[in-house]
Amino acid sequence: MPIFIDRRLNPKDKSLGNRQRFIRRARNELKRSIREQVRSGKIADVDAEHTVSMPANGTSEPSFSDARDSGRRRHVLPGNKHFAPGDRLPRPAPGMPGSGPGLKEMEDDFRFVLSREEVLDLFFEDLELPDLVKVNLKEILAFKPRRAGFTATGSPTSINVGRTMRNSHGRRIALKRPKLEELEAIAREIAAHEKGAPSVAARERIAALKVELDRLERRRRLIAYVDPVDIRYNRFDAQPVPNANAVMFCLMDVSGSMGEREKDMAKRFFVLLHLFLKRRYDATEIVFIRHTHQAQEVDEETFFYSTQSGGTVVSTALEEMRRIIGERYPSSEWNIYAAQASDGDNFATDSERCIALLDGEIMRLCQYFAYVEIIDERESHIFGSTENGTSLWHAYEAVSAQWPNFQMSRIATPADIYPVFRQLFTRQPDQQGG
Amino acid sequence: MTQSAARSGLLFSGSDWDFPLLSRAYDAIEAIAIEDLHLDVYPVQMEIISSEQMLDAYSSVGMPLMYRHWSFGKHFLHQELLYRKGGRGLAYELVINSNPCIVYLMEENTMALQALVTAHAALGHNHFFKNNHLFRQWTDASSILSYLDFAKRYIAQCEERHGLAEVEAILDAAHALMDQGVFRYHRPPKLTSEQRREEIRERLEYEEQSYNDLWRTLPASKDGKDDEPDDSATERKETLNLPEENLLYFLEKNSLVLEPWQREILRIVRVIAQYFYPQRQTQVMNEGCATFVHYTLMNTLFDRGMIGEGAMLEILKNHSNVVFQPGFDDPRFSGINPYALGLDMMQDIQRIVTQPTAEDRDWFPDIAGSGDWREVLLDAWANHRDESFIRQYLSPALIRKWRFFVLADTADEPFYEVASIHNERGYEKVRSALADSYDIGATRPNIQVVDVDLLGDRQLRLQHKIKDGIVLEETGCDATLRHVRKLWGYDVSLAGVNMETGLAVYERTASQIGD
Repeated sequence: MPIFIDRRLNPKDKSLGNRQRFIRRARNELKRSIREQVRSGKIADVDAEHTVSMPANGTSEPSFSDARDSGRRRHVLPGNKHFAPGDRLPRPAPGMPGSGPGLKEMEDDFRFVLSREEVLDLFFEDLELPDLVKVNLKEILAFKPRRAGFTATGSPTSINVGRTMRNSHGRRIALKRPKLEELEAIAREIAAHEKGAPSVAARERIAALKVELDRLERRRRLIAYVDPVDIRYNRFDAQPVPNANAVMFCLMDVSGSMGEREKDMAKRFFVLLHLFLKRRYDATEIVFIRHTHQAQEVDEETFFYSTQSGGTVVSTALEEMRRIIGERYPSSEWNIYAAQASDGDNFATDSERCIALLDGEIMRLCQYFAYVEIIDERESHIFGSTENGTSLWHAYEAVSAQWPNFQMSRIATPADIYPVFRQLFTRQPDQQGG
Repeated sequence: MTQSAARSGLLFSGSDWDFPLLSRAYDAIEAIAIEDLHLDVYPVQMEIISSEQMLDAYSSVGMPLMYRHWSFGKHFLHQELLYRKGGRGLAYELVINSNPCIVYLMEENTMALQALVTAHAALGHNHFFKNNHLFRQWTDASSILSYLDFAKRYIAQCEERHGLAEVEAILDAAHALMDQGVFRYHRPPKLTSEQRREEIRERLEYEEQSYNDLWRTLPASKDGKDDEPDDSATERKETLNLPEENLLYFLEKNSLVLEPWQREILRIVRVIAQYFYPQRQTQVMNEGCATFVHYTLMNTLFDRGMIGEGAMLEILKNHSNVVFQPGFDDPRFSGINPYALGLDMMQDIQRIVTQPTAEDRDWFPDIAGSGDWREVLLDAWANHRDESFIRQYLSPALIRKWRFFVLADTADEPFYEVASIHNERGYEKVRSALADSYDIGATRPNIQVVDVDLLGDRQLRLQHKIKDGIVLEETGCDATLRHVRKLWGYDVSLAGVNMETGLAVYERTASQIGD
């Protein structure tokens, strides 16, 4: 008879520690791989599990081993069909069956699945929300009850029965409250004596017992089973809940000058920002505002896929944003982020108005305002990092100089998005640089 | 269900298992194994695990306890991937060479499979672990689990105290040398100083007795001065016990830079490598023994009416999956299946002992027709490893059955040449080539510490004895040399010396490789 041990309920992820060590070890490789995928792949896939390919270098386990392509060996193989000694076989390409025993080199370059959390961890490593301080300074508006011991007063609904009965039990023992069994024992004895032969001794005994019974009953009445002093209530403290809501405004120019390419890049940028915020805040809402010469709030589908014709007046979008903040997202309760994507076109005289709007109000309400300008690939070498630019770019440069939480950048190809995103959100102690 | 099974004499019916059933099956199987096959086993501890836990166990080299290291995580991910893709099924069982012998059973197995696995692992492997001389000599089954527990705790403690990165660096280096971290031979016991003096006295005595004036007349060696440094080199080699094939042992004892805890980690890795060394030398025998035992026991149970036909079919199907051996030109071919070869050889021994042909009498005069195949097998299981077992027992009949042939592979020629096949001239050669391919001592690179001048440049000199012109794979070699240098603290060189000619073929030093 062997010993049986049922291990099925033991913790399963025994090798979790090993997995974490491996991922840490392969961190750089994994990061590169994920970024590559985000750059080239679809946006919707970012926020999911990722299959990453793990190249052998960096995680190889070296040892002294024989070089395959040297020396003389003898392989013994089964299944000879028609060979005779002296037959010659052409050397097959490496890795083909028949190239000898030991086809074990399968471990290099394998692929495995990273969970969503692991992907995002790697992806957003050393990116930080700008100006997080403000969150802490915000008024605390929500409270959540939290258990905090026991109290002697409270509402009947929060009686703690266990505590109460424990107190009651202790008090009954301390005060020697007669037990029901004792009373019953005396009553039985009286009955027994009354049934038995009447004698003087019995009568005296009955009288004594009755007195005793009476005393015990009185004592029982005096000492309550559960006394008000026993009762305990659960105590709850109101725990302040820090404000952890964020709203993200996506502003985009949808006029004719924004083609599919521009929209797609804008979308990628917005998705990145959304993912990033989602990781930092419990609740993240998104508001989509599109504009031509007039702005309107739309749903995501419309925002990205429907077109509208018209001129370009950027300030309308800013005004719409200001209106929505005023209506729905008081800045005392919400962390407000805004990202604007545009090709830089604007109605000639409108840029001044944009500056005024931003300076005057919006930048005070916003945690962060990121502006990305999507430029043509052919123009990228002209605009690279020079002072040249569209009217909107010039206007925003003025704002950027004044507000540390205003960032702007240019994107020419999808591959630029992530570096730009990083540049905008890179953890830096000093945001003043712009 | 259990009652109806009991009435019909069957051990079980249906595919569900529970603990009483497992226990009954084990008792029945064990009884037959001991009476019929005369097996001798450690007490058994059966643990039921789920498939995830089986994957976990895979990744930590099959041990229930293991210290943490990223390479295990890598193996886990690799195994998991293969498993998820359906590329590889999980083993039905895992067995650990310990006392009590721990057998893991998967919860997904049907009752028939559990019975099969019980016979295979709890009796077959168990008997082999307890009786094979390699395991008896090199492993201590009763203490391995507590040692692993210590190792795991110790390394976790080191990680806390010295940081993950520090411990990881040492473990990486130690793992790289794991193949060179085992003792292959027992060394003679060290002489006490008294014995040593005695030895010197005896030698002097002998010299006095055999004094011959003629020796004096021999001319002195031409460069008499060279004797002096040579002598000191010999002496320092002797004090360090060089040459030394166990690099991990040498580094643990003699490294100039390691802290005590780092030496302890080297020791842990070395002990574990040594523990697994016999298993690597006895794959064919170990699996063959277990497969032979389960096949024989299951058939006996079936003959006695203790297993139903349905269950037997399931068992046979699994059995034939396990011993499947495709030919070399089959796309599924991935080397010789140790289960198949082991089982075939053992059944072949059974045949030779009971129904020998004239050829068998010729080849195996001492066992052919002796009648007691149990005795012969028990003896083989106890006293052989793969290499010697094949050299001793691979019969021409089996070579013909497997249609073995030897392919000579010379690296710089554009073709392979068929050297021997299953004919009268080839039997010996095939057998010896196959045995050689299972000789771990010959198939792993032979690397030794040959010299180090502790008072001079402290360069650790390693020597690789090149056999048949097979050199080391360069990138792996360089990376490993860097690891050795890390452990040793000073420069390390590796010289390749051709074993046949004694000529140096190459020399690499860690300092030349750079980081």
